[in-house]
Amino acid sequence: MIARILAVFHARNLEFVRDRGTLSWNIMFPVIVLFGLNFVFSAGERNQFKIGVLTNNPVISEIDHPFMDIRYINKIQIVDQDAGLESVRRHKLDMLVDLDGPVIHYWINEESPTGYMVEKILLQSSKDEFLKGVVQGKNIRYVEWLLPGVLGMNLMFGCLFGVGYVIVRYRKNGFLKRLKATPLQAIEFIIAQVLSRLILTMSMAIFIYIGASFILETRMEGSYFVLLLVGILGATSLISMGLLIASRVSSEELAGGLLNLMTWPMMTLSGIFFSLEGSPEWVITLSNFFPLTHTLNAARAIMIDGATITEISFELMILIVISVVFTSLGAFLFKWQPD
Amino acid sequence: MLNILEVKNLRKKYPDVIAVDGISFAVKKGICFGLLGPNGAGKTTVIEIIEGITASDGGTILYKDQPINKNFHKETGIQFQATALQEFLTVKETLKLFHKLYPHPAHLDEIIQECSLENLLSRDNRKLSGGQRQRLLVAIALINQPELLFMDEPTTGLDPQARRNFWNMVEKIKLRKTTIILTTHYMEEADYLCDEIIIMDKGKILASGEPKKLIAAHFKEVILELPENEVVNGELDIPIKYELKYGHYEIYTRDISSTLDLLKKHNISLDNLKIRSFNLEDLFLELTGSELRS
Repeated sequence: MIARILAVFHARNLEFVRDRGTLSWNIMFPVIVLFGLNFVFSAGERNQFKIGVLTNNPVISEIDHPFMDIRYINKIQIVDQDAGLESVRRHKLDMLVDLDGPVIHYWINEESPTGYMVEKILLQSSKDEFLKGVVQGKNIRYVEWLLPGVLGMNLMFGCLFGVGYVIVRYRKNGFLKRLKATPLQAIEFIIAQVLSRLILTMSMAIFIYIGASFILETRMEGSYFVLLLVGILGATSLISMGLLIASRVSSEELAGGLLNLMTWPMMTLSGIFFSLEGSPEWVITLSNFFPLTHTLNAARAIMIDGATITEISFELMILIVISVVFTSLGAFLFKWQPD
Repeated sequence: MLNILEVKNLRKKYPDVIAVDGISFAVKKGICFGLLGPNGAGKTTVIEIIEGITASDGGTILYKDQPINKNFHKETGIQFQATALQEFLTVKETLKLFHKLYPHPAHLDEIIQECSLENLLSRDNRKLSGGQRQRLLVAIALINQPELLFMDEPTTGLDPQARRNFWNMVEKIKLRKTTIILTTHYMEEADYLCDEIIIMDKGKILASGEPKKLIAAHFKEVILELPENEVVNGELDIPIKYELKYGHYEIYTRDISSTLDLLKKHNISLDNLKIRSFNLEDLFLELTGSELRS
């Protein structure tokens, strides 16, 4: 069994590595995206202030306070005070303010120049009594936040299309039928595909990560080992999605459509390029169904906040469950040849 | 054990056609067994059912007197009619891939030599000619030293040299006492390679047996082929059976000398007359008809 898995694994690796066009694109694409977005968003990162308003009222424009009338300050609703303070700590919000009650309570980050500016504006907006709170935390550059997203995006495309599309092509052109006439079992074939794609995508992700972190001097607060574990589980869960989609389909057009149906919601809702903070609740709920969301949440927690394996155990468990369920279903439904 | 494979009352129906209609046959160990039939006769379906690639709707298949079990794929080899190989791999890497899928494979060097692949080992699969590709596919099918080898229309699309070359390779495989089940619609190929045949059409067996015996059983006459332009007035008027086919008359007779005398009496030149026996193609057309299939 091991020999058969290794044989298929080795052949698939050779096929991928020798396909120079695909290999180059898999490396160049995330590099272009990373450096391109970094260039665009690092020059004058924001053109307006962003504050969180602590309130249970979803229509924050109804809050009656002169500060709310000041233009060019983006105000978003914050329900959870701790989450809001965390955003201030991370420089994602310039200020958190509670306008309800006789005393206006606000919090800023001592290390944030924009926090200092928006504090001055708040204090001049009314003659209320103010109570200042202070948090501390280093500024997170956009590229540091973006790097896990771009690596995750590359994993997503590499895993979903690299497994799903390839298996459908094998099925369509009869290669799977040829393999079926050997002692190779479906589960052996699937394990070989998973391992091959896992190693190839992880190798590329590590290569890109090392290069990007060296050139852009991005931070790494947590453990590289835990980050690697997140990468492996994230890639495995995405590969298992690809396997499930490819388990029976024999049309490349249909497979392409189904894979796009998976990738586009993840592209927009898993927080690859921008945080979902402030998005409607249903969007956040929907995003939690995607393995990429949990992969990125865990990776950012490790890289930016130095989270330990225990602190991201919930995300890891979800990725393990997705991997096991999707791989098992994919193996169960797997067909060697078209109907 | 006389028969390596027995097929009994095999059936397969697709939504729009009955592909295999209750056929039965047995294949003796060590022979080359031909499945002949026009396109769509059901030959490939039969092979794919035996190989477990396609599910049947009924019938029994016995391999070495036993129902097919998990060892079947370890002891059989197959060359499919249309098979893609993994891209970006060389011939040698492809052979190594399949070599590792079997528990007791043959030595690769022997297979490479037998299939004349020595000079192609470093060539990309995608850059092989039709004949080279078929030799590689046969090599893959031989990797597990099969006792039973399936070849599904292996020479379709090959030029005459490549086809002859392929036949020589099959001859060598026959010398190893490997049982071969060959599907083809080239009668010359079946005549050259097969010890026994069945002729199928529309999912049924029309005839079965040794080619020469089948021909002898169906045809008692010989054929005199006379060019059409040798006949004065363009019309042959003799009291024996004949047909005009593709620019010549085919005259069927058991008594050659009296027929020749008859032709002389009709002042027909015998300079370009050819005498030949019935062959497998005649039998095939007799049984399956010569009209164009839709």
